[in-house]
Amino acid sequence: MRRAFVVAKKDLMIEWRSRMLLVRVAPFALLVLVLFAVALDSEPLILRAAAGLVWLAMLFSSLLVVQRAFAIETDDAALDGLLIAAGEPAQVFFGKTIAAFVQLVSLAVLLVAGAIVLYGATVSASNIVLLVTTMLTASLGLASVGTLYGAAVANMNSKDSLLPLLAMPVAAPLLIGASRATEAAFGSQTIDAAAGWAWVALLAVFAVVFVSAGAAAFGTLVEAES
Amino acid sequence: MDDIGFILASWLLTLGSVSVLAVATVRRAKRLASQVPDSAKPWR
Amino acid sequence: MTNAAATPVSGTATSKGTATTATRLIGAAALALTAFVVVSAFWLTPADAVQGESVRIMYVHVPTAWVAYLAFVVTAITSGFSLARRHRTLGFDRVAGASAEVGVLFMAMTLVTGSLWGRLTWGTFWQWDPRLTTTLFLFVTYVGYLAVRNIDTDPQRRARRSAVIALLAVLEIPLVHFSVVLWRSLHQEASVLNPDGDVRLDGLMLFTLFAGVVAFSLIYVWLVLHRQRLAALADARITTGLDAAIAARRAEAASTSGAGA
Repeated sequence: MRRAFVVAKKDLMIEWRSRMLLVRVAPFALLVLVLFAVALDSEPLILRAAAGLVWLAMLFSSLLVVQRAFAIETDDAALDGLLIAAGEPAQVFFGKTIAAFVQLVSLAVLLVAGAIVLYGATVSASNIVLLVTTMLTASLGLASVGTLYGAAVANMNSKDSLLPLLAMPVAAPLLIGASRATEAAFGSQTIDAAAGWAWVALLAVFAVVFVSAGAAAFGTLVEAES
Repeated sequence: MDDIGFILASWLLTLGSVSVLAVATVRRAKRLASQVPDSAKPWR
Repeated sequence: MTNAAATPVSGTATSKGTATTATRLIGAAALALTAFVVVSAFWLTPADAVQGESVRIMYVHVPTAWVAYLAFVVTAITSGFSLARRHRTLGFDRVAGASAEVGVLFMAMTLVTGSLWGRLTWGTFWQWDPRLTTTLFLFVTYVGYLAVRNIDTDPQRRARRSAVIALLAVLEIPLVHFSVVLWRSLHQEASVLNPDGDVRLDGLMLFTLFAGVVAFSLIYVWLVLHRQRLAALADARITTGLDAAIAARRAEAASTSGAGA
């Protein structure tokens, strides 16, 4: 796992220096929240929909994060060098997933704050743990799915339009689970905290499945690139 | 009258699209087959 | 090489396509059985007591759904084999691709006929129940799989990449279905409205339905055999083209070096 952390650190340092997350992705995510409000044009509706809208915005933003994660590798065929240096492809997968995870968690914090400020959502103290756990497990699931499918389309010409088509259906359970759990955390009438935790369990299962699947499949996928 | 329209549409769309696929497949196969040596056709 | 007049290559190519005795037999059986099913669906079977004439859509909807799912299973299994059996990767991969091509068509037809049937029986074109929603996701997944297959030109690379995508889909679909079931259970629908659920099937109706499933399965097999062979021809043409180009280069090099010496 040490090599995975090296890969993660490399990705995060590149991100830190280029500030793509800060300058491009975060503004886009917030913009999506604003556009939802403009499109739906009803404060009570927006408040009720807040949880789902946060995670929709997360889904769209995650595409940008993942595309960036692989764009930095395909320039100058850096991915091949990375694979040789890391030894096992799974380590590269873990590393990239961790880096994506860190970025996505930051986005999630930003978006939840956005929902609180822009939509009037509230989180009672008793629901904070639920909210944080949801954000962590959902971000891990999204990071692994994104990294996996990002790798699958990395060296293709039409990768930018193919990634959403492939990854979004797979991320649907994440969207469902994270939205319902966050809805519970925001204090919904229909979903109580216990149900919220059940959804978190689904998110955790999803994350485990896709982190494992990714580790197994990554090697075959990037071997196909050479 | 909605009924009969939808029923016919279902059947015609299904059988129609399958036929189009079938004809297109056979046509393209014949065209390619003449450009490829018989050694590449193990089913013969 | 792209000469539309299709002149034979190197004297050993013929215009004999992908048809064999087996496909001709299967094709004939499929046609005959389908004709029977159409006649029976429209004239021989009675209208349903509850649904009236709209039950006649069932005879096309249920068989297409069956083939759509069968095709997906075949794609998944052959994808697994194409990764596991390295020396037979391309063969399995071609079947996986052909099955998906046919499957996506049948899945689209399943969704369309189901939607039309639903419109007649419940009054709405769509319902967000788990079965329909998962079918829709499965359709989108198919489309994505075919899009991935379209990108690579190298058969080996394409085989490996699409096999992984197919196997991931096998993982993903149950997860999607489970989440949707949980999601819809929140909405406490009084009854999951299901057109084929409330039809009482008597002897001839059941037989026609079964015949339809068999007929469409035969159509599926016929289509997959042909499309799989078509894929083999397409790959072979690329190789033949390359070989011809290399041979032409060598001939050119030999004649110029001869002339220049």
